[in-house]
Amino acid sequence: MPGRIAVSEQVAATWQTATLTEVRRETPYASTFRLAVPRWAGHLPGQHLMLRLTAEDGYVAQRHYSIASAPDDSGHIELTLDRVPDGEVSGWFHTVARPGDTIDVRGPLSGFFAWPGDRPALLLGAGSGIVPLMSMVRHHRARGLSVPLRMLVSARSPEELIYSGELGAETTAVFTRSAPAGVPVGRMSATHVAPLLAERPPGGWEAYVCGSNGFAEHASRLLVAAGQPVDRIRIERFG
Amino acid sequence: MNVTRGFTGRRRVSRPGLPPGQYDAGDDWPVLSAEVTPDLAPADWSFRVDGLVERPHTWSWDEAHALPGSAYEGDIHCVTGWSKFGVRFGGVSLDAFLSVVGPHVSATHVLARSHTGYTANLPLADLTGGRAWIAWSYDGGPLAQEHGGPARLIVPHLYFWKSVKWVAGLTLLDHDEPGFWEGNGYHERGNPWQEQRYRGD
Ligand SMILES: Cc1cc2nc3c(=O)[nH]c(=O)nc-3n(C[C@H](O)[C@H](O)[C@H](O)COP(=O)(O)OP(=O)(O)OC[C@H]3O[C@@H](n4cnc5c(N)ncnc54)[C@H](O)[C@@H]3O)c2cc1C
Repeated sequence: MPGRIAVSEQVAATWQTATLTEVRRETPYASTFRLAVPRWAGHLPGQHLMLRLTAEDGYVAQRHYSIASAPDDSGHIELTLDRVPDGEVSGWFHTVARPGDTIDVRGPLSGFFAWPGDRPALLLGAGSGIVPLMSMVRHHRARGLSVPLRMLVSARSPEELIYSGELGAETTAVFTRSAPAGVPVGRMSATHVAPLLAERPPGGWEAYVCGSNGFAEHASRLLVAAGQPVDRIRIERFG
Repeated sequence: MNVTRGFTGRRRVSRPGLPPGQYDAGDDWPVLSAEVTPDLAPADWSFRVDGLVERPHTWSWDEAHALPGSAYEGDIHCVTGWSKFGVRFGGVSLDAFLSVVGPHVSATHVLARSHTGYTANLPLADLTGGRAWIAWSYDGGPLAQEHGGPARLIVPHLYFWKSVKWVAGLTLLDHDEPGFWEGNGYHERGNPWQEQRYRGD
């Protein structure tokens, strides 16, 4: 199990009010929600937060969401939510939420799946699992970091690839249902992972895997089979 | 607390036995671990109790199975928000292991560790008196690898990150020492009824 990154001591024991300022459609099933959180303590790319919605009668629902935006000092953070069929919390975000609404958040949480930008990073994600990885990519760009960074993402189709307009040369996309002409359709496999491991930078990769549990199991096994050390694989499972 | 405009919530019947801030996962059993699931065969599994004890001891799979069997039937609660009702784990009560090693009177805490290097800290009192198990079966069948098989710790009255998967051993200490998630900002004890999720709760 990899070593941990120290978390700031001002851990998020307290709830604070976040105000929704903008909603951006990413794909037919995912949107980005920009929140103003004036007392946000800052975060490391890869961290998540806990979010709470409260009904008038006091009923509460809380869920974890990864932070999509890179750390900056704007007092804003962004989340990207998949629309889960019949989802209690994601359903509210996708059908009711509008700018001006307030919700409660606490965070950032967990220093484990975090990447401060110090080591070569190999990112593997599927579906909304790209969210915390994108925070790392955005951080890498915003800071002009030269440490190697590569991302391999899986989506059902090009239309469902979140942040597709923003992905660059660091990213390889794999499509499982339909793909652009000339691109094969299929699951992420050894043929996708092997070339990335062959690029092995000095000191080796720190691997970050994020997505559903099924994807996390599959992708982490591909990495191990391709020679990535088990203790240099960090996994975030969305459940 | 802010009332969220237009949020009514879906699960209106709050189930008795559901701690605050949790939802009923129903038949789902989400997997949440930060590590690669190890391929650990029962023959390669062992369980050691050491530290502040009279007779440190290591059990093999067969030796552990020779201890008197014991089962937990009840609910479990994960810090990520889901709870699971009426689960059934079979194994051996931790009391049976502890009575073999004889804890020192000075022992107050335990650091539990897994075969993968994961750790979690617990007060010793949370592991005694029929409240903790080493479990290798789930619902009558072998415990699945991704859920900690071949054997894991079960401490159902605390959040489930304390129930170390692929458990390898316990070290008894006279002080508290943060484990993996506790060092990553989670609560030292993790009582779901008091919503002890993160440090400072
Ligand atoms: C650390 C972490 C980070 C996360 N980050 C993100 C993120 O960045 N973006 C994102 O979209 N999601 C993320 N998730 C998932 C998120 O927390 C919620 O589980 C998701 O939004 C569904 O919640 P809901 O209230 O809309 O649906 P619910 O009302 O909880 O459930 C909808 C339906 O799906 C079932 N269900 C419930 N939970 C799950 C599950 N986990 N998997 C499969 N089926 C389920 C229910 O039984 C129900 O039928 C993250 C989860 C974790 C643990």
